[in-house]
Amino acid sequence: MAVEVLDSDGIRRALTRIAHEIVERNDGVKGLALVGIHTCGVPLARRIAEAIARIEGTEPPVGAIDITLYRDDAGRLGATAHMEPSDIPFDLQERKVVLVDDVLYTGRTIRAALDALIDFGRPAAVQLAVLIDRGHRELPIRADYVGKNVPTSRSQKVRVELGEHGERDAVWIEEAANGTR
Amino acid sequence: MALGNRHLLGLEGVSAEDITVLLDTAESLVEVSRREVKKLPALRGKTVINFFVENSTRTRTSFEIAAKRLSADAISISSSSSSMAKGETFEDTARNLAAMSPDCIVVRHPASGAARFLAGVVDCSIINAGDGSHEHPTQALLDLLTIRQRKKCAWKDLVVTIVGDIVHSRVARSNLFGLRTLGATVRLAGPPTLLPEEFREFGAELYYDIGSAVQDADVIMMLRIQHERMASNYFPTLNEYARYFCLNAEKVARAKPDVIILHPGPINRGIEISSEVADGPYSVIMSQVANGVALRMALLYQLIIPGADGIRGSALVEPAVTAAPGRARIE
Amino acid sequence: MTTRNQRNTAPPALLVRGGHLVDPVSGRDGLFDVLIEHGRVVGVGSPGSLDPAQLAMPGMGSDVPVIDARGLIVAPGFVDMHVHLREPGYEYKETIETGTRAAVAGGVTSVACMANTDPVNDNASVTKYIIDKGAEAGYANVYPIGAVSVGLKGERMAEFGKMVEAGIVAVSDDGMPVADSSLMRRALEYARMFDIPVIVHEEDPGLCCGAVMNEGTVSVRLGLRGMPSAGESVMVARDIELARATRGRLHIAHISCAEAVEMVRRAKAEGLAVTAEAAPHHFILEESAVDGYNTNAKMKPPLRTARDVEAVRQGLADGTIDAIATDHAPHHRDEKVCEFDKAAFGILGLETMLPLSLELVRAGYLSMTRLIDALAPAPSRILGIERGTLEPGAVADLVLFDPEREWTLTAATMVSKSRNTPFDGWKMKGRVVRTLVGGVTVWEHTE
Ligand SMILES: [Zn+2]
Repeated sequence: MAVEVLDSDGIRRALTRIAHEIVERNDGVKGLALVGIHTCGVPLARRIAEAIARIEGTEPPVGAIDITLYRDDAGRLGATAHMEPSDIPFDLQERKVVLVDDVLYTGRTIRAALDALIDFGRPAAVQLAVLIDRGHRELPIRADYVGKNVPTSRSQKVRVELGEHGERDAVWIEEAANGTR
Repeated sequence: MALGNRHLLGLEGVSAEDITVLLDTAESLVEVSRREVKKLPALRGKTVINFFVENSTRTRTSFEIAAKRLSADAISISSSSSSMAKGETFEDTARNLAAMSPDCIVVRHPASGAARFLAGVVDCSIINAGDGSHEHPTQALLDLLTIRQRKKCAWKDLVVTIVGDIVHSRVARSNLFGLRTLGATVRLAGPPTLLPEEFREFGAELYYDIGSAVQDADVIMMLRIQHERMASNYFPTLNEYARYFCLNAEKVARAKPDVIILHPGPINRGIEISSEVADGPYSVIMSQVANGVALRMALLYQLIIPGADGIRGSALVEPAVTAAPGRARIE
Repeated sequence: MTTRNQRNTAPPALLVRGGHLVDPVSGRDGLFDVLIEHGRVVGVGSPGSLDPAQLAMPGMGSDVPVIDARGLIVAPGFVDMHVHLREPGYEYKETIETGTRAAVAGGVTSVACMANTDPVNDNASVTKYIIDKGAEAGYANVYPIGAVSVGLKGERMAEFGKMVEAGIVAVSDDGMPVADSSLMRRALEYARMFDIPVIVHEEDPGLCCGAVMNEGTVSVRLGLRGMPSAGESVMVARDIELARATRGRLHIAHISCAEAVEMVRRAKAEGLAVTAEAAPHHFILEESAVDGYNTNAKMKPPLRTARDVEAVRQGLADGTIDAIATDHAPHHRDEKVCEFDKAAFGILGLETMLPLSLELVRAGYLSMTRLIDALAPAPSRILGIERGTLEPGAVADLVLFDPEREWTLTAATMVSKSRNTPFDGWKMKGRVVRTLVGGVTVWEHTE
């Protein structure tokens, strides 16, 4: 049984609001960069960058990181056949970086992403933008920009579908036997 | 999980899916060598032993860097520093290695089957870094990665010609098995003394004339020829060998215009490859180093981290009690 | 399982009753009772005709012990003419005692042992030592084979005469090929004076140099150096020509390839004094047994192809190959649990000889009589020893076996001192139930 919590309009509005908040908080686009976390964070980062461009007339650079080899639970989750190259096509030095991911849950993905990011250089500041915050944090991590807070139980699963992956935009909550995202 | 240890003992029997996963993973790791901090925590707390009973600085260094970039503890033991020289059996040495509780042993050994033997004695993943004349799967995977980066067509449309001392070459064997599994056409060329007819049974085409062997080839792989083979009368002289099998400009001209030439080791100029060809635009020898580290990182990660989604590795087939291997058909 | 050796005195009389006797020499193949007195067969008769109660034997009456052989085949004890007992010198692999005990466990009552011991059996004192040790052990009869050349070096001929006087039954440099054609010629000629065969291990040293298995698809795939069939057949061709030239008696050991079998077939048709033996592994296993670098499938000559296996089976069927001999070659674990290139050549044979050979009967290659002929009378004839029959007057070496009994071979529980068998875990069919040497039970299998 799945319940839709955001449709495509909802997602578009949420991302536009996040774009506004980013611009406002960072006084514009100067020194700003977005880094999406593979897989869903990357198209979201691109969409936010496009939204910022519409607001400010300048599009911040967008990078991508794969955090598979940084996860502290790699041994538990096991090796994956699907890994993407990380690509940070700009110097991180003195940058204000907004990490972008689809769902914030335990915080472990973000911790791994911070580790990965630091290996590419030393940013001036790192902020976090997520489309969904579903709670249940296991680490002291919080998002600076949240599209929508969605209270969930651990047994539930949050599914994000994006047009870039050949589906229509939507966010679903479903009951799943194994409750991790 | 009942996966047991996963090994890479050879490319024979490894599925196209597994090879592709390894190449994909390697591809996504190539950028690591361009980072400011070239280290990933994936194998933190894991131990990788590089056990080299036969010298090979290049392969060993590549594995060492790969293990260290994944934050594994990498220990290198070469034949001079191990006690094999003092008459200890291979099994004893293996058990001593096992006492270090490694998660993976990378082994290079002059005896064919040594990696397989180790896999039967030690309870961890084994990577064959070259065993006798048998296989050298990581070199072949590296060659496959290089070919895939340069050639955008499907494997089944590729013609790969391997030239030289085929029968003694573990690189040729691994490449043959891997390329055939992926669907490429493999041509083997060399004098009949170094190219037994049996290779046909593994799906290769055999040539004694290098000219026709490289006709319209996409990739030419030149094997290093050992001087010792002359003493065993595999061919009369290096000079005569070169007369028939040296890759010169005239022969390269028969291959596809965008042909690439791979060579696994130091070139004997004028013997395997003429200088004009070696210094020409086709050679991709140098670009293989970065690929080598990425490939070996991918392999270490895929073998050591147990995952249902990862590769299966080449299974260690335990002799079945009733299967009676090698039993001739009767009645 | 129990064994008793010959030091236990033979009962003055013994009746083996109700078994199916297969005695190729007499041509008997059916239900017969066998009466033994003082270690020799004294009577063979239809069931019941030798009932002890009716025997006119003074002082015996109905006290004659009876062995119930119902449901079993009774045959002359097997003669394995190619065994490495390893003593003297390699007692860590096998001793004359453990080897002959393994023999009787396999139904083998006589073994001919090869000369590649340390010291080499190239002189009468070593021959005598082996014979004494064999008698002392008291299991199977031990017939030593002397070396062709001193120290198996292939240079100077050993003292055939003195060794014959001490008890050798043949000469062989087995393990080492006789590379020097002139030495081979002289050995064949000189051996005629003693009417002993020269047993040859056919391996061209140049063609087989450094090789560890058969040359073919499997060796190419595994990256192992192969011995071509020609490495065997060129030597067989040479030695047949030398046998023709010298009129000497040539015996080809462990023949393994189709070409060699065909050469022996032609030589026999021409009436040359050429005989041959085959080992069970060469008619049961193919080269693919080496897969996985199985060192227990490493031997000389190597396991070959399906075509060669078929040729060996046909050779045994038509008598081209006279005898089955195991080339029993015990090796210590450390000599087999190692790199394939370094592993020793050879496998155990004595305890698996019968069930593996019975496969050829079940598959229709051999009649039971022909099988028993290959296992006992044929090798006895080649070696010129008075064994291999249960005719009245013959020494009472016999084996009782159940050709249908199924069992599983476990290397760990084998009688031999070594464990190097490729048949570990195999389901076997055909079980030796009792072995008698000189009328004494030296092996009895109890479930
Ligand atoms: Zn031999």
